[in-house]
Amino acid sequence: MKGGPWREGGRRLFANPGATAALAIIAVLVALALIGPWLNPNDIEALDWSRVAAHPGFAHAHWFGTDRLGRDLFVRTLEGARVSLAVGLVASTVSLTLGLSYGAIAGYFGGRADDVMMRILEILGGLPLIFFIILLTVVFGRNVYLLFVSIGAVGWLSIARIVRGQTMSLRRQEFIEAAVASGAGPARIIRKHVVPNVLGPVIVYATLTVPQIVLFESFLSFLGLGVQEPHASLGTLISQGAGEMEAAPWMLLAPGVFLALLLVCLNIFGDGLRDAFDVKERR
Amino acid sequence: MPVLQADDLRVSFALAGATQHAVRGVSFEVAAGECLGIVGESGSGKTQTFMAAMGLLAGNSQAGGSVKFEGAELLGLAAPALNRIRGSRLTMVFQDPMTSLTPHLKIGVQLAEVLVHHRGASWRESEQAALEILERVRVSDARRRLRQYPHELSGGMRQRVMIGMSLMCRPSLLIADEPTSSLDVTVQAQIIDLLRALRQESAMSVVLISHDLGVVAGLADRIVVMYAGRIVESAIAAELLSSPRHPYTELLLRCVPNLHLPRLARMPCLPGQAPSAADPEQGCAFASRCPRAARRCREERPALRPGGGSAQVACHFPCP
Amino acid sequence: MIRYVIRRLAGAIPTLFAIVTLTFFLIHAAPGGPFDEAQTLPPQIMANLRSAYGLDQPVWIQYARYLRALAHGDFGPSFKYKDFTVTELIRLGLPVTLKLGGAALIFALVLGIPIGTFAALHRNSASDTAVMTVVVAGLAVPSFVVLPVLALLFGIHLHWLPVAGWEPGAIRDLVLPVTALTLPPLAYIARLTRGSMIEVLQSGFVRTAVSKGLPLRTVISRHALRPALVPVAGYLAPAAASILTGSLVVESIAGLPGIGRYLVQGALNRDYTLVLGMVILYSALLIAMGLFVDLLYAWLDPRIRLER
Repeated sequence: MKGGPWREGGRRLFANPGATAALAIIAVLVALALIGPWLNPNDIEALDWSRVAAHPGFAHAHWFGTDRLGRDLFVRTLEGARVSLAVGLVASTVSLTLGLSYGAIAGYFGGRADDVMMRILEILGGLPLIFFIILLTVVFGRNVYLLFVSIGAVGWLSIARIVRGQTMSLRRQEFIEAAVASGAGPARIIRKHVVPNVLGPVIVYATLTVPQIVLFESFLSFLGLGVQEPHASLGTLISQGAGEMEAAPWMLLAPGVFLALLLVCLNIFGDGLRDAFDVKERR
Repeated sequence: MPVLQADDLRVSFALAGATQHAVRGVSFEVAAGECLGIVGESGSGKTQTFMAAMGLLAGNSQAGGSVKFEGAELLGLAAPALNRIRGSRLTMVFQDPMTSLTPHLKIGVQLAEVLVHHRGASWRESEQAALEILERVRVSDARRRLRQYPHELSGGMRQRVMIGMSLMCRPSLLIADEPTSSLDVTVQAQIIDLLRALRQESAMSVVLISHDLGVVAGLADRIVVMYAGRIVESAIAAELLSSPRHPYTELLLRCVPNLHLPRLARMPCLPGQAPSAADPEQGCAFASRCPRAARRCREERPALRPGGGSAQVACHFPCP
Repeated sequence: MIRYVIRRLAGAIPTLFAIVTLTFFLIHAAPGGPFDEAQTLPPQIMANLRSAYGLDQPVWIQYARYLRALAHGDFGPSFKYKDFTVTELIRLGLPVTLKLGGAALIFALVLGIPIGTFAALHRNSASDTAVMTVVVAGLAVPSFVVLPVLALLFGIHLHWLPVAGWEPGAIRDLVLPVTALTLPPLAYIARLTRGSMIEVLQSGFVRTAVSKGLPLRTVISRHALRPALVPVAGYLAPAAASILTGSLVVESIAGLPGIGRYLVQGALNRDYTLVLGMVILYSALLIAMGLFVDLLYAWLDPRIRLER
């Protein structure tokens, strides 16, 4: 059941020049983030007092210039990219897990439980996340686990809704009935039968939440509520760069362009993925 | 001069790499004041022929040949000129009244805008004219209906509104594409009666398209039968119905339930399926389903030839 | 219809109540209080200070007192901005934020809808692809990247517009912030309009309108536009939420004295009343927007009206 639609969708995806180009650019950016620092002789912590706020250039091996403390921006930007990507990945997993469990439970049990769960979803969806995050950050302090959970809270709503829909149509199928008849408990059924079958379409939508999550993390970091010193994500770097904009614009542009490019390509690729795999969307 | 004249009209679509030939060369005339019935199953090309005439073909389609309305060529006509003709002198009524009316506009507005646009009339005058049209198409309580929305009307009433809309500017030709197919049988009869009455009141020509020979029989002066994108028979209605020449027409007639015939043990039906519009033509398109088919039919495509009386028939072995 | 509005407003009150309660107890659960920074004061003065603001009372009593004051429209004094009550702060900051956010929303609609319609009419052509690619870029790039870059270009290099700062009534100060804030919702609305318009253009009633000989602009403006805008109406409330969120950042970068600043600073300063006031305000704004959208739906599609 899995092989056919995947290959068909895959073919459609790679026939889409925009999506393919976007994927290539994402791969380049990720590769840069992972191995880039090895290409550059500078150390991330090294403070080069002789070249504070230097212009970018090849002569002095500071390809993106340096910041106020003489730290090399190339290395710092790529480190920031690594942090952003890492947080994004973990938060996406949190989001996916949360959405999957919630949606599968609501869809499987249906009835009253489903009504209540969907109502909660509606109410949560209506309120902007940022306010809760700010409050929670204030209450619990700047806690890294809180950060992951709160960023993961972006997008789990739409995933939960889709999983619920899929689960409900799946529940009526015969192999679920057979499993129930054979005495399997709901937890087991959900784990072994529901989840593997809804995973397909859900992965596509989950991919669409990745740029949202990366964006949200950058937003929080920009405000000072996200990743804390000594780590710096792209958001933090942009915030610092914005302050130095007049004197040293490259401090803003290096992380800014990287983040912008990453987000744009993630969005284009996500759209291409959805167009390729979602039967309803196609014209 | 005929109101509508089609000459080797062809319509094709590009779909998923293959070309679908919906209409493969169709020629006919509609005389002034005449009602022409077009009969065929779905896929025969009967609707696409007139979509081409109205300039309503989908974006991925091509039309070839010629269609002249009152002497002027319609195919390839630029939008401003086309827009002067359609909706005023040349109008069309579509199959599904549920989806053919704009849901958020009042009935009065949808009727009046035809006059406002084509005649430059004021909205007030046009709404007055709309009222008169509604009465003419026998919509009860017309004044109230003008202020209602489409979803507040029944299917039959909506179809009457559609017909009324196409009469606003006194057209020379009204094309009715399956006007009764979405309606209940009793309502169907009412709409056919209405069309008959309208024809008696004015010199308007009508093209009535249907897959149902019974619907066409009640109204048409002449009938054209289409199959697989071509005309297979055309004749004066009375002659076609009493002595069909083409085997397909004969089978169609036998499929119309008739209370006067002796009871049949089983309903006659046409075996098989019409050939796909993507296939190239090989001989007569009906050969695969024809009870009279011979080898010549599969090899040589029959041309439309006089078949006795007023009939034209495209068959190597027409019915006697 | 009036009855509907009243019913909806009445339904909103429990939601607001829940939000106020939740926020109140949440912020009081936070370790520390509003006067933590003033550690250097002698304990006696600290105690007096806390007593003056009622902070020495049990939480429940503070809650009750707050609700009572709220019923009179009194949001209480700001703990941090000592000479101001929250109401006064709101009165100073709200107009700025509303101007900023309102302009952004209006531009997003006024520009986004025509762009989406254009793309729909030229579907799958080169112009469509070009426009939609730019649109995705607008969607994806966050405002806190766009604004500094725009400021860099137009403010620092070209000197056309001020980089930051605020003179009351000066439009020039708003141009860049509004632009940055407009881009994401504009892109979203363009995309929604395009998709929806493509669908509507294939419907039966549009075919009827065309067959009546109506010119394209009439077919679109009178027949196709309203149904095509239904998804856009559905997006208005999230758009407002996203604009309000974006304004938090844009106001601080551009140095605009709006209310966004108060929320973040208030949270960091444990300025209880200020934060509460902001949360209530934002929630009320969003609820009002939700109500407005419902009314809009009824106008866009008369079939909905009857279901009330």
